[in-house]
Amino acid sequence: MFRRTEPTDCTVFWDGAALPAKRGETLAVTLLAAGITHFRDTAVSGAHRGPLCLMGACFDCLVQVEGEANVQACMVAVRDGLRAGPQHGARDLDDAP
Amino acid sequence: MNRAIVIGAGLHGLSTALHLARAGWGVTVLERRHAGRHSSGINAGGVRRLGRDLREIALSAIAADMWANIAALVGDDCGFVASGQVKVAESEADMVRLEARADQVRALGWRHEEVVDAAELRRLVPAIAPHAVGALVTRDDGAADPMRTVMAFRVAALQAGATLIEDIAVQGVALAPGGGLLVQTDRGPMQADRVANCAGAWAPGLARLVGEDIPCTAKASMMIVTERVAPFCAPTVGAASRALSFKQTAAGTVLIGGGHQGRNDVAAETSIVDFRNLANAARVATALFPCMTGVRMVRSWCGIEAMPPDQIPVIGESATLPGLFHSFGYSGHGFQLAPAAGAAVAELIARGATNMPIAPFTQQRFSAAARAA
Amino acid sequence: MTPDVLMPDVLVLGAGPAGMAAAIAARGQGLSVLLLDENAAPGGQVYRALQRRDAADAQERRDAADAQERRDAADAQERAGKVLLAAFAACGAEARHGAVLWAVEDGPRVFWSENGAARSAAPGRLILAAGATERPMPIPGWTLPGVMGVGAAQIALKTAGLVPDGDAWIAGQGPLLWLYAAQALKHGGRFAGIIDLAPPGVVSRALRHLPAVLRGADYLAQGLLWQRAVKRAGVAVLAAREVAAEGEGRLEAVVFDGQRHPADLLLLHDGVVPNTQVTRAIQGCRHVWEQGSWRPELDGWGNTGSPGVMVAGDSGGIGGAAAAALSGTLAALEAARQLDRITTERRDAQARPARLSLARHRAVRPLLDAMFPPRPMAAVADTTILCRCEEVSAGQVRGAVALGCLGANQVKAFCRAGMGACQGRVCGPAVHGAIAAARGVPGEAVEPFRTRFPTKPLTLGELAALQA
Repeated sequence: MFRRTEPTDCTVFWDGAALPAKRGETLAVTLLAAGITHFRDTAVSGAHRGPLCLMGACFDCLVQVEGEANVQACMVAVRDGLRAGPQHGARDLDDAP
Repeated sequence: MNRAIVIGAGLHGLSTALHLARAGWGVTVLERRHAGRHSSGINAGGVRRLGRDLREIALSAIAADMWANIAALVGDDCGFVASGQVKVAESEADMVRLEARADQVRALGWRHEEVVDAAELRRLVPAIAPHAVGALVTRDDGAADPMRTVMAFRVAALQAGATLIEDIAVQGVALAPGGGLLVQTDRGPMQADRVANCAGAWAPGLARLVGEDIPCTAKASMMIVTERVAPFCAPTVGAASRALSFKQTAAGTVLIGGGHQGRNDVAAETSIVDFRNLANAARVATALFPCMTGVRMVRSWCGIEAMPPDQIPVIGESATLPGLFHSFGYSGHGFQLAPAAGAAVAELIARGATNMPIAPFTQQRFSAAARAA
Repeated sequence: MTPDVLMPDVLVLGAGPAGMAAAIAARGQGLSVLLLDENAAPGGQVYRALQRRDAADAQERRDAADAQERRDAADAQERAGKVLLAAFAACGAEARHGAVLWAVEDGPRVFWSENGAARSAAPGRLILAAGATERPMPIPGWTLPGVMGVGAAQIALKTAGLVPDGDAWIAGQGPLLWLYAAQALKHGGRFAGIIDLAPPGVVSRALRHLPAVLRGADYLAQGLLWQRAVKRAGVAVLAAREVAAEGEGRLEAVVFDGQRHPADLLLLHDGVVPNTQVTRAIQGCRHVWEQGSWRPELDGWGNTGSPGVMVAGDSGGIGGAAAAALSGTLAALEAARQLDRITTERRDAQARPARLSLARHRAVRPLLDAMFPPRPMAAVADTTILCRCEEVSAGQVRGAVALGCLGANQVKAFCRAGMGACQGRVCGPAVHGAIAAARGVPGEAVEPFRTRFPTKPLTLGELAALQA
């Protein structure tokens, strides 16, 4: 997988679990650095997916961030205390905003 | 064998071809692009009797029976689900109008339109906005998958013996020297006993080529599709006094339309979304379904739909070229009618007459109006 | 949205080398410039996080004993990037970061979103510099978590210092693959192996373009340096024809030539393609099919067929960072001429050095294209997914063709390929290539995916709030 070569300086919560992160990096990178590649289950078949491109093109890195559904993890800059979790299938209407 | 040429492989052309082929005719469908390229392939798939022009109801009722057994007709259920059509009243004034409409339809002998109160509306459409006071519904209306429907009719027509030629342009129709009609194409002339003009927004242009000036413009109705959402709304929903068509598909995406207009270039066969106008569609949709405010739209598009001044189709034999039959101008609500309209046109062609209720659609209504004016 | 419609002389989309150079050159002509970029900082992908890394690397450079390493090919590109970034910061363009363009109408009229609010501008000219994306490389199992693009790994390295470790593999072909491998190793990364999928005969293909070889000698020298660095580090480089990813719910192994190796990271690369998501949605922008993908049809200045809309950089045709910057300069000079700020003569005079450089940089492209031809879609197995978003397989696409679907849009309408969240960004070239192969026609004979606005999603609430 990936290994960090730079120090981390904050904490992010993924599905409730605390992960080390570096302020300003994207959530996708935080997850990959922690060895997490399962970001979501597809709406079509429930297949597990993770990021492909890390640049906002593939839309495979969709996760829930602070309750908002279908957010591209590679376009979210982490801050200390950010809460996120996997996107399981299609979004529900109660998901914020 | 009797030969017919059908111009246009949208759903009306394919339906006409299917019925004619099953009646034993040799049918060739000529399509400039590919089957379902324009309105037929990109509409909201509404299978709707609700709210139709009174002159369309009889034909629509026949079509509804065909939709209920569409698999028997074309060998595919076309994704049709009788999930209902609902027209929401947002005020007491709306309710009064809907009740008057229901009375009017009942007076003509039709029972498919029913007024419901706020409680029943909320049972049918739990996500509807709190301010909605009731609705007019047709419970066994529904929606189908437009492209799947087009392909099913295409396959069925071919299986019935019709031929489809795509990527061919029709340049004119005229009397053939030895009898019958000659269709000029960019690949040479083709002969037939009868010709059906099912060319959608391009049909009026073809009529003009044979000296028939049928008033008809083209709409550019816009649609929005959203990201997939877990199922929350089964019926197709419209509004009594605002432009809205709201439908959650089997895939979970939500299609939002309602006739908000973009811009057409019929000659270039393109249409363009106008975003400041499309914002109106988003406003109406979020007003009626506040839960949709945070849902993302992923794409929008615009369709070219032929529209006569009274917004009902033109069906009937050409006044200037006997043997040429028109079937166009469905004004954005032709999808549901297509199985029946095709049968009617086929019978008109094959038998020279039909008992199907297409009399109101004759293009003579325009010259009669002109004479009366 | 503010009631005043923004009306800059030039609106630039993208803060990569082409966009930054266009902004700098436009400002140099006294034009007002509004630049929109969806990332948090300028640099695009090639110079991503360059300023951040520059600070981090400064100490490392001072400590480096090996002067050769300091003059490393990768650094040369980055030196150019730093110069560009500094000039961009100083040029006086109004740069909006985190700004996501989603529509362009005639005018041009441009729509985008920032901070959850939709905005609009009516610039004099629009210069699109949307860059490139990686070509899709559909292999069995490529949708498994743990399979990513080499470009993605490069972003992880540049933005956060992540390096591959453990059972990490690379598979594919092309210059970026070797550049990344060399960079990753330099930063302490490790690979279990590199699977070179370039078809045999790379050298003989190269020699057929001998003049380009000579003009592009520095590009080739860079490539050889990278390959040498990789081999010196002891990384196993294995030639193969096919590769597959295997695993239950995540990548567990990589399979090639009958061998199966444990893997927890597989990085794929089959070249880069122009990002035409916006230009394909603009009426009047024509496209040509080249090297297995679409690029907009442009004149020598970057003008498209749509009045007022220009393209610069890799999104107009792959050329690399240096070529991108030069084309951005040319587009800006032309925009200045169209807006009557300079005469044709002055434009041509100022453009001359850029044109000469651009010709030199572009000369090597046919060579690289010949060395690394895109992998043929006909060879993709029926069960392999082509459209990842809607999970449509190559077999389903071929089935739609067999039923009579001739073009990408018909196929899409019939089996949903290209209808998902990415709107064909990833699968476009693959679906298109598969249709052409199934029909037995060249790629240019197949009608391409029509993209539609919005090219990036926006909420219904945002659209509803758009003022007329």
